[in-house]
This record gives sequence, structure tokens and C-alpha cells, in this order.
Amino acid sequence: MPIHEKSLIRPENMKTNDQELIIDGINVAGHWSTFIESRVITDYNENLQDEIEALPGGEFIHRCWQCGSCTNSCTVNAIEPRFNPRYWIYLIRTGMEQELLRDKDIIWMCVSCNKCTYACPRDVVPEGVMKATSHWLEMKGYTPKSPSTIFDEIFSSQVIERGKIEDTEVLTQFLRRTGQPLMQDWLKEIVFKVATKLPVTWGLKSMLAMVFKPKTRDWDRARLAIEEYIHEKEAEHRSALGLNGSHPEHDDHANEWDMRRQEVGSHIDQGDVSVPAGHHDESARSDFARRAGHINPPH
Amino acid sequence: MVDVTDRAKNHKTVGYYPGCALEGTGHAYNRSTKAIASELGLKLKEVDNWNCCGAMEVKNIDPKIQTYLSSRVLSNAHNTDHMDVVMAPCNGCYHNLKKAEYDLSHDAESRAVVDRLSSKAGHPTYKAGQVETIHALDWLKGTIGEEGIAARTKGKLAGLKVANYYGCMYTRPRHIFPEKDQGPGTESTSKPHFMDDLLAAAGADNVDFALKTACCGGAHTLSDSDTSTKLVANILRAAEASGAEVIATECPTCHTGLEMHQIRAEKRFGIKTTVKIMYFTQLLGLALGVGPRKLGIQENISDPMDLIIEKRLT
Ligand code: SF4
Ligand code: SF4
Repeated sequence: MPIHEKSLIRPENMKTNDQELIIDGINVAGHWSTFIESRVITDYNENLQDEIEALPGGEFIHRCWQCGSCTNSCTVNAIEPRFNPRYWIYLIRTGMEQELLRDKDIIWMCVSCNKCTYACPRDVVPEGVMKATSHWLEMKGYTPKSPSTIFDEIFSSQVIERGKIEDTEVLTQFLRRTGQPLMQDWLKEIVFKVATKLPVTWGLKSMLAMVFKPKTRDWDRARLAIEEYIHEKEAEHRSALGLNGSHPEHDDHANEWDMRRQEVGSHIDQGDVSVPAGHHDESARSDFARRAGHINPPH
Repeated sequence: MVDVTDRAKNHKTVGYYPGCALEGTGHAYNRSTKAIASELGLKLKEVDNWNCCGAMEVKNIDPKIQTYLSSRVLSNAHNTDHMDVVMAPCNGCYHNLKKAEYDLSHDAESRAVVDRLSSKAGHPTYKAGQVETIHALDWLKGTIGEEGIAARTKGKLAGLKVANYYGCMYTRPRHIFPEKDQGPGTESTSKPHFMDDLLAAAGADNVDFALKTACCGGAHTLSDSDTSTKLVANILRAAEASGAEVIATECPTCHTGLEMHQIRAEKRFGIKTTVKIMYFTQLLGLALGVGPRKLGIQENISDPMDLIIEKRLT
């Protein structure tokens, strides 16, 4: 099917039935009769491309000429055929938000391998577009935070706090916040294998590292500068997405968000999301640092 | 054509940026890198008071924060340590320092953000061109070279079948590595060969391995473990199919990912592979006659000791 039709004809709109197929009261069964239920798209979001372009990574989406090299080279596409950067870029550029939302739960799966970026003849940086799109979905409240975002936040908050990370701490925090048991079967085997072979001093060293966290000296000023910058950027991004409450057009999204929040309410606490202004506590040290400390597990 | 390893050639001493991974899960890479440096008479001067480069995560919070973090490392190397070459063995660190270098020489906004954050943080702003970032592979190619390795190792790795695995961040995206793809002698982004060259010089029998730059799913190793396990299982099986006894790695994230998901693939999907996973520095160290303990081989989860004994590498 030519690429531009794929978004117009949904699989569930294709009617084929050998036994009985009643259309307008007439049985038209027979394999020769494949009907495509007609459908008119009216719900365009004319701002969609602008919104994605306003988020980091999405800057160059307008350059795409739909050659498909990104999808063709994509690591995730090879194991999840619905993962289709070229198609999503098309949907974003044509404002077909509802179509895009059909795939909202897999867009975060991009592993940032940059095969697409390597292959793209137009310097779109599709990897960046995937990140911008997953953030867009989260900011708009269409999806809860993905495990990937939760991991990024835990990791980054440690870096911002101390200048360095300690990987055992990142691992345990992540498993805890995503509600996974600390001792997965495979992890147990790894820990066992490592523990039986390593000298005792190494174990002591890593225990010490957990108590006396690795830290860059004189980091506080860098931390404050970074937090201030992130805070500014977040405000910019929210306003680019019309999430500052001053944009009547986006009341729909706010409502949708409320619904979503009820739906995922048990997963995410209120401080955890980029909520429309009004819910946003300006006095907080930084939205980011605050949120990173408040993530509840999506089960 | 600029040979970026020119400067490294004249530098028996380079700035050394181990990064967080080499102080944690990638400890054996750190150990073996230092062990071969001292064996070869090369000096590593650790970057003073370094910080995390941002790894694969901080860019998803904000790419310019990642640029700043990496630039601070380079600023310390230039202003505190007075080094003009920094060697980073970790692909993630190497990639991020290169990316910062690229952004700072091509993008005014990145320069402005880095300048703003650096002055607020109270250290000199790093300027593009002050420091050259190289990988451990560039470092060994530049300072010792294949002839040097061959002369010192006398084909010690002969008969060892190796699949060289480079992963994503060593070659992609292409534009941040302007010195690659510059013709004979330079590294290739589509078919990297520096690790192949060094190990072949030590006698290794490199197998024809199609997945050299495939992705191990390192960015989602914990957040989407099943995907990572599938990607790793694919790499491990391809290596075995090409006849490899060991996969040589040059990145702590890839290395840990391969080892961890080798176990996970068996536990979760019943896919059992027995190929061993070793840092290329461990293999070169063995070839140079360094003992396995000094190379941290006891830390390898895939436990290559039997293979090492069988191949008489100790
Ligand atoms: S970076 Fe993401 S979108 Fe691009 S090829 Fe890799 S997995 Fe696919
Ligand atoms: S490779 Fe680039 S130009 Fe081609 S479809 Fe993908 S993003 Fe568009």
C-alpha cells in the first residue's frame, strides 16, 4: 500500500468475509469483495509539527522527504514492526494527531542507536524526533511517564545533584520506583556469579561507594546553574505546547489530561507531571529535581 | 586530510577520562586499560575533578545540559591539567565529548548555554579546539600501532577466534566524528576496524562478523529489558554462528549489556549462548603477558578463564 494511504485505510476498516458480509442489507460475501469503509478525517491538529519542533530533538522534522531510510534501518522496527519513525513523522507533519495516538504506547521504545540519523539523507535526526514525540505524549498527558523517562530522570537527578552517578544506586532506585522486585532471577544469578569470584576488597569498595557517594568537588554552583536552566526550558516547552493555561484551544487537552490522570492516578502522583499552569508550584527548587524525587511506580 | 591521531602519536602522556561506568560496572575495563598503559610505558593523567558526561540519559532531559557536562570535563583537562588530548575508553563518554566538540564548533546557541552555565558554575568556558578527544582504540593505534603490538606480543592470540563488537556510539552519528571515513588509515563508520587491526596484530583470528555496529539496546537495558535481551541474543548468536569464541568489546555499556542479557536470554527466553565476552584491553593485556587478575578477568560474568587456559594465554 502506498505510504500516504496507509494512514487513511485502517485495518479494521477493511471488510473481507467469505461467509457472510452484510453491507447495506445485502449479503456481499465472497473473497472477491474487499470493502474499505470510508472515513473522513476532520480532526487535524494544525500545530502538531510546531509543537514537536519546539521540543529538543524535534527541530528538524520539517526537512523530512519521506524516503523511509530511517524505518528501514531502525533497530526497534526489526523486532516491533509497528515501530515506524517515517510514518510518525508523516503523521506529525500532516497534523494527524489521532492517528499518531494509536501508536502512543510504543514510541518511547526508541533505543537511541542513531541508525536512522546515520541513514537519513536530510539530517532530520529521527532519533531526536522520537524523543521529542515521547516527551510530547507525556507532557500532553496522553501517556504516563515511560520507564525510559523514569530512568532518565533518576539518572540525571543524580548527575545534577552530585556531578557523578553510582550505578548500583541508579539500578536499585529504578527497580524500586517502577515497582519491580530488587532480586530478579537473572540479577540474582549475576550477583551470585560476581560475588563468588571477586576479591572481598572489591565488595567492600562498592559498599563504601554506596555510603560515600562519588561526588565532584565544588559542584554546588554547577548544580544550581543547571537546575535554573532546566526550569527555564521546561517553562518554555510547556508554553510552546499551550500548557500554560492561557490557551483556550487546549482546554480539550487539559480535560483529556484529567481523565488520563484519573486513569493512571494510582501510578503517578500529582507532582509528577507537567501539569497545566495553576497546578505548577513555581516556588519549587526545580520542577525537574522535585519530580525526579516524586515518581511513583507504574505497575 | 587531518589525521586526528597525529597529536596522540606525540603523546606518551594523555589526559584520561574514565567516567562513571569505569568506576562501577566497567571496573575491569579501567583496570585492564591502566594495566596495558603501564606495560607499554604510556602515562594516563586522570582529568582533575571530573564529572559525568551525561551518559545516554541527560540528553533526554535536555541535550544542552549534556553538552555543558561534557564541556566541563574538557575545560578541566585544558585549564587545570593543561592537556591537549583526552582519551576516553567508554564509548558513551567518547561520544559525548565528541558531540560537545561538534556542537560547540557549529552551534552558537550551544556555545551560549555552555558559556552561561560555565560562568555561573565558576570555571573557564571550554572552547572548541582546545582539546582533542580520542578513544582508547585511537590511543593504542596512534602511540603503539600494529607494528608495536606485533613486536611486543609475538602472535600470542594466534588461534583465538574473535568477533569485534563496536556498538553504536563509536561511529554514530557520523557528523560528530569528522576524522573518520577519511580514506586509508582512518577509521570507518560503516565497517570500523581499529579493534580488528590491533587484535589481528596480536595474532587473533578475527571472524567475519556482520553485527559489529548493531545496537545492544544499552539505553533501555533496564527500562525495556526484553527488547535489550532480544537485541543482545541476536548479537551473541550471530557471533557464535560466525565461529567466534570470544566477543571483543570496547565499551562498558555494551560489555555489561552483553554479559547481563546473555544470562537473561537464557532465563527468560531459553536462548543459551556460550561465547565469552571480553574487553579488547583484556585480550591485548593477555597478549602482552599481563596476568588475568591485573586485567580484572575475574570480574567478567561470562567467565572466560577456561578458554584462556585452553588457549594458553596466561
Ligand atoms: S535511534 Fe530509535 S528510531 Fe532511530 S533507528 Fe535507533 S531505535 Fe530506530
Ligand atoms: S530517513 Fe530522514 S528523510 Fe527519510 S523518511 Fe526518515 S526522517 Fe524522513
